[in-house]
Amino acid sequence: MTDRALDNAPARPGHLAALKAIPPLVWVAILWLAAVLFVAIFADLVAPYSYTAPNLRNRLVAPGHALHWLGTDELGRDVLSRLIVSIRISLLIAFGATVISACFGTALGFLAAYFRGLVEQAVLMLADFQASMPFLILALAVLAFFGSSLVLLVGLMGLFGWERYARIARGLAISAGAQGYASAVTQLGAPPTQVYLRHILPNIASTLIVSMTLVFPEVILLESGLSFLGLGVQPPMTSLGNMVGFGREYITRAPWIMLAPASVIVLTTLSVSLLGDWLRDRLDPTLQ
Amino acid sequence: MIPSLVEAKGLARSYAQRRGLFGRSVAVRAVDGVSLRVSAGETLGIVGESGSGKSTLGRMVLGLEAPDEGAVRFDGADMPKFGTVEWRRARARMQMIFQDPLGALDRRLAILDQVREPLDIHRRHEPAERTDKALAMLARVGLSRHLAARYPHELSGGQRQRVVLARALMTEPALLVCDEPVSALDVSIQAQVVNLLVDLQEEMRLAMLFISHDLRVVRQVSRRVAVMYLGRFVEEGDADDLFADPRHPYTQALVSAAPTPGARQKRITLTGEPPNPAERPSGCAFHPRCPLATSRCRAEAPAMRTVEGGRRVACHLAEDPAHLARKAA
Repeated sequence: MTDRALDNAPARPGHLAALKAIPPLVWVAILWLAAVLFVAIFADLVAPYSYTAPNLRNRLVAPGHALHWLGTDELGRDVLSRLIVSIRISLLIAFGATVISACFGTALGFLAAYFRGLVEQAVLMLADFQASMPFLILALAVLAFFGSSLVLLVGLMGLFGWERYARIARGLAISAGAQGYASAVTQLGAPPTQVYLRHILPNIASTLIVSMTLVFPEVILLESGLSFLGLGVQPPMTSLGNMVGFGREYITRAPWIMLAPASVIVLTTLSVSLLGDWLRDRLDPTLQ
Repeated sequence: MIPSLVEAKGLARSYAQRRGLFGRSVAVRAVDGVSLRVSAGETLGIVGESGSGKSTLGRMVLGLEAPDEGAVRFDGADMPKFGTVEWRRARARMQMIFQDPLGALDRRLAILDQVREPLDIHRRHEPAERTDKALAMLARVGLSRHLAARYPHELSGGQRQRVVLARALMTEPALLVCDEPVSALDVSIQAQVVNLLVDLQEEMRLAMLFISHDLRVVRQVSRRVAVMYLGRFVEEGDADDLFADPRHPYTQALVSAAPTPGARQKRITLTGEPPNPAERPSGCAFHPRCPLATSRCRAEAPAMRTVEGGRRVACHLAEDPAHLARKAA
């Protein structure tokens, strides 16, 4: 009887209680990221003008103008519309690159942990090589040779930061194997794919997600840097960094061209960091 | 004679140990020429202090580690190589209980999923039936249904060890290796888990290798006991007999160290360094600490010999019980 009564009782606290536990700052970060995501997905619907349409009569209009809320740039293009499209491109690059580098790095780390020996040495050597080489130089070299396209840019950025995931995944997987649960499951007869994907990956996911939130802002900044240098996203396409780069020339006369994308970069990276920090604590069931 | 389920012959395993930054690596023989056999429904207890190679022996018997020398035969066939498909398939028939149950469980999975997992791995039964089987096994080890959705950290130590036991028994194995299964538990809980283990062993006719440093527990569980010192068996025999009348000086010291209610017996205190497998003494490994050591013990390693009543002892002095008794007195 007692057992049955307890069977029906909810095992976990309700979702409502979980929502209330989110600190206000994290709420702000979540709302900001949601807004940014919304804008990125529905950029075409949200943007009041085409991001390339010039309006020579209204050049360098200050923010607050009835037709151009965030003002216009030197060709009279609407800054708000350009900002919205930039958010889409920058987020696409940053998300794509972060996901690619997380998958790539984790896979290499797991391979190193499973095979040890030569494979591990090779992976660690590659990771050391990557870590010791300034990524910007590598990116400049590749982009200078192959020219810049969105696909290449995402792929290249995907190489950024993989060595961190590889090191973390390798270290944690090895210690998991030595610790018990992984060797216990191996001992049950589970194939290595199951041991790594069903047991080790969820156990180390919180650490990986946190390092993803650390890499994400860096990718945004890196893309901004490359675009600023003229090697990233090529005009007429626009991105946050690209806008900052071209807005630089008008910083004294029309600072809004640069300030709008710069503040989006700052707020987005800050939000991702805040969210990641909070997630790390939440994702560990033993800390709840 | 009952055919044995597991048979190990001359198992040996060395590890390379490096000392300091530029130190030469030294081969440490953790297990050095151990043979054993266990039949279905039988328990072999293995006692020894830490560093004696008990756990390594257990892992080799299970095929988790390949022996450098010797071989393990399970049910008449050689142990498949670690990590191969055959090896994985063989896991359904041999299982292990670990010392640290919290470490052995995945803290991100509910215990029901973990107990169910062996069936998923070995594709036993229909997927729909597996959960019922897991619940039945949890009930069998004394865990009520409402614990099934909990996570390992929400359980007590004894409950966790029951979960580990339930998981190990899901595929109805023939051999269970228990490596210090109750050392991490409270004494009161130890007794419950040990009793459960004994019940289940009888019920399922498990062959069991019970590794522990706790003589009391080993005696309760095993019919046969082997005493291990620095990677070798020094004495092996019927549990009651061996504890009542230990022949090897090391076993004598071990037995005298265990408290017996009522009896005030003289306790043999061992002197000298605790055993270090990296610096194995010449001759009989026990001679630096042995109160009865002779010059022969320093020079010549004693072989395992059968004395009366199926007892096997590796000691030069054990050939002559009268001599041993006189010296000890």
